[in-house]
Amino acid sequence: MHPHHRITHPRALHPGAWWLWAIGLSAAASRTQNPVPLLLILAVGGFVVAARRSTAPWAHSYGAFLKLAILVVVVRILFQALLSTGSQGPTILFTLPSAPMPDGSGLKLGGVVTLEAVLRALYEGLQFAVIICCVGAANALGSARRLLRSVPGALYEVGVACVIALTVAPQLVTDAQRIRAAHRLRGSSTRGPRGLGRVAMPVLEGALEHSVDLAAAMDSRGYGRTFDATRTSRRITTGLMFGGLLGVCVGVYGLLDGTTSSWFGLPMLCAGSVLAAAGIVLGGRRSGRSRYRSDPWALPEWLVVASGVVPAVAMFVNVDVAPEQLYLASVVMTPPVPALACLGILVAALPAVLAPPQPVLVAESHPAEPALEVVG
Amino acid sequence: MITFEKVGVQYDGAPAPVLTGVDLTIAEGELALVVGRTGSGKSTLLRAINGLVPHFSGGTLTGRVTVDGRDTRDHRPRDLADVVGYVGQDPMAGFVTDTVEDELAYGMESLGLSPAVMRKRVEETLDLLALAHLRERPLAGLSGGEQQRAAIGSVLTTHPRILVLDEPTSALDPVASEEVLATLQRLVHDLGLTVVLAEHRLERVVQYADRVVLVNGTGVVSGSPAEVLADAPVAPPVVELGRVAGWKPLPLSVRDARRQAGDLRAALADLQPPSRTPEAGELVVRVEHLAASYARVPALQGVSTTLARGEIVALMGRNGAGKSTLLNVMVGSKRVTSGTVIVDGLDPRALKPAQLLHHVGLVPQTPGDLLYAATVADECAAADRVIRRPPPGTPARDGAAEPGTTLELFDRLSPDVDPETHPRDLSEGQRLTLALAIVLAAKPPVLLLDEPTRGLDYTAKHRLVEILRDLAAEGHAVMLATHDVELVAEVAHRVLVIAEGELVADGPIADVVVASPAFAPQVAKVLAPQRWLTPTEVAVALADSRIPR
Repeated sequence: MHPHHRITHPRALHPGAWWLWAIGLSAAASRTQNPVPLLLILAVGGFVVAARRSTAPWAHSYGAFLKLAILVVVVRILFQALLSTGSQGPTILFTLPSAPMPDGSGLKLGGVVTLEAVLRALYEGLQFAVIICCVGAANALGSARRLLRSVPGALYEVGVACVIALTVAPQLVTDAQRIRAAHRLRGSSTRGPRGLGRVAMPVLEGALEHSVDLAAAMDSRGYGRTFDATRTSRRITTGLMFGGLLGVCVGVYGLLDGTTSSWFGLPMLCAGSVLAAAGIVLGGRRSGRSRYRSDPWALPEWLVVASGVVPAVAMFVNVDVAPEQLYLASVVMTPPVPALACLGILVAALPAVLAPPQPVLVAESHPAEPALEVVG
Repeated sequence: MITFEKVGVQYDGAPAPVLTGVDLTIAEGELALVVGRTGSGKSTLLRAINGLVPHFSGGTLTGRVTVDGRDTRDHRPRDLADVVGYVGQDPMAGFVTDTVEDELAYGMESLGLSPAVMRKRVEETLDLLALAHLRERPLAGLSGGEQQRAAIGSVLTTHPRILVLDEPTSALDPVASEEVLATLQRLVHDLGLTVVLAEHRLERVVQYADRVVLVNGTGVVSGSPAEVLADAPVAPPVVELGRVAGWKPLPLSVRDARRQAGDLRAALADLQPPSRTPEAGELVVRVEHLAASYARVPALQGVSTTLARGEIVALMGRNGAGKSTLLNVMVGSKRVTSGTVIVDGLDPRALKPAQLLHHVGLVPQTPGDLLYAATVADECAAADRVIRRPPPGTPARDGAAEPGTTLELFDRLSPDVDPETHPRDLSEGQRLTLALAIVLAAKPPVLLLDEPTRGLDYTAKHRLVEILRDLAAEGHAVMLATHDVELVAEVAHRVLVIAEGELVADGPIADVVVASPAFAPQVAKVLAPQRWLTPTEVAVALADSRIPR
């Protein structure tokens, strides 16, 4: 058996597998506002990240996503409890001094804050926060940059543009800081609209020059050399890709929304996927690029994806069978435990074992002596 | 390998052609050095080799350029990617991916090579350029020399026969540029690559070159280095020394010169090198036990020194040793964690920007950072306005900056520039003098310069040397952070060497640089243990000694 298929052979898992696993978890989270399965998803995601993240810089991004999620919950509670009249219930927690607002606007400022409003905001915010954490987990386990390396040939140009944007964006920030420091030396202020212009001009000019340099470098390194597509074949590919992606989007919306009729979701998703796949195959054929060390897709990838799909399916089935367990009739009641959904979510913790362990880099070795004879 | 036949290049909208009637042949396996003043068309010549001129740049190319039998007229740069590897001035600007290994593979992916071939070539190139220990590292985190090596590696993987480099060492410290040049020499000697490179600091490269191509105004002169340099307007110090001493053939390396220098050393033995100690002026900068850090990376660790009026001090050291940090501390842009900084009697960090510029001026590494207006005249007028506005809490200064002061100053530093020019269209040297004029307009007693010679040709550098000497004579205290040992040999009175944030040397220039392998100028290396630093000093001393007293 090729070592790629072993779950014990240390290697980095294909980032696509992590993203699909995380998408499965977020899909499950999107169908419930019951805090029990939501917190379970959060715990499962955090557990897998702790078990399988690498030492790379992006692996530390999970903490930032967690903070963002907490912020989302807090903001949600503040807004809903303090500003909205619609969600208030009978259990008054405390009363704040209030300012009068026009009748019928559905808004208030201060006034009574009820337990129902706070809990409802907490649960709704929690749902969104859990989805954010799923994205954070995917990013920590398989970086978005590495994922871009694996985009299909038909989307190659888009992938390159994204990679460059990810590189240039932090550079713009550094440039702006440097130029602000320089303006202090000239005695000119960098505040206000004029100051903004003074900083923005050199930054933008620098970015423009940078992109021209980059284009020259890419051209002289053979970018675009192997594209021999005709205009028609390019148009067909673009059409297929856009049609397919549109279909996928509509299908996913239909599936997750739950209020639209069922013919809308799954068939649209399937049709869209087929179109997009056709576009990818056709577009991949026209670009003569090859790929260096593409990440393998082997048994562990399939297992990880499967353990992400299970919670989504379990959740969808549970919604069909017993919707009252997932959408609470009253927020103040003790939330029930949806057994099927929770079992499904627990399956998503399996990648902590099923995904291969991260390879440990050998301690910084000394620069190798240049070996000339090997090139010839 | 490379042939230019009656090549002329004119860019759209330019009044005159950049190159005309260029006839040039570069044979296989040569290392050709392209020299010439800024704006003379060096980059155009280099970019014509792989077709970036005119396919990418626009403009009109007349005549014919053939590379390995391919005419650039009907081969775009991408069609020449397997014959010519082109490395631009700033390696970071040319990187497409974000790790070393991916960058090496990028060109091969574009050519559609098979994964097995790519894997083999990446491993070979990692070893060839000693990058194997950096393979997974992000490109942005590498040092300047490593980035330049990665850029060279990234074009070598397509196995080109020609490597074209535009000023590969201009941003590097002396040691890192040695590393890059040694790599290039190995590629020429062991792999038989043809290398064409442009470089301002001839002293670093000329000894390795088989051919020197001098681009002067429009045409080119090409020949062996000794021939071309015998009467070229640009020459490294060792060649100038050879001219002074009348050596034939002219030496190109320190080794050549050292072997011919026995008589010269004997003639100079009884002569005294001129004293470099300036008249002691008032102390205007005092820093004591400075410490500063970025996050948890220490940048300065207990630096103490002073700076007096009339003194030019050079600050040297590796990239990242803390030179820029020290300058930033002295203008208050960087907070210190401990220690004291007194500049012109004040704490620079406590000053408002409008007050600061009357006490200390810093010309940053990229002088363009200071500029934002659309014309030179506007830029100067803006500088005048800032200075005229009295700093809050102080009485208005009388006549400190009449309208036109800055422009007048700029005109003195860099004559014959149309004030309606856009600052971006100035040459590197002119942009530096514009930034210098803006900073000097407020007459700060302390002037700091960060890497002022980056991108400057010999003429612009001579001009800078004169300007700095005048400023010191007028009573400014000048400190410059630089890698350029020859510039330091020309102007500095005192040298500070900084390593890992600590001051490892602080003394008169001759004491610090003469015995240093990295910081000694060429003349000092040739004439050591005597303490001569520049060809001019030697020439003046010899001329004086011949006059009977």
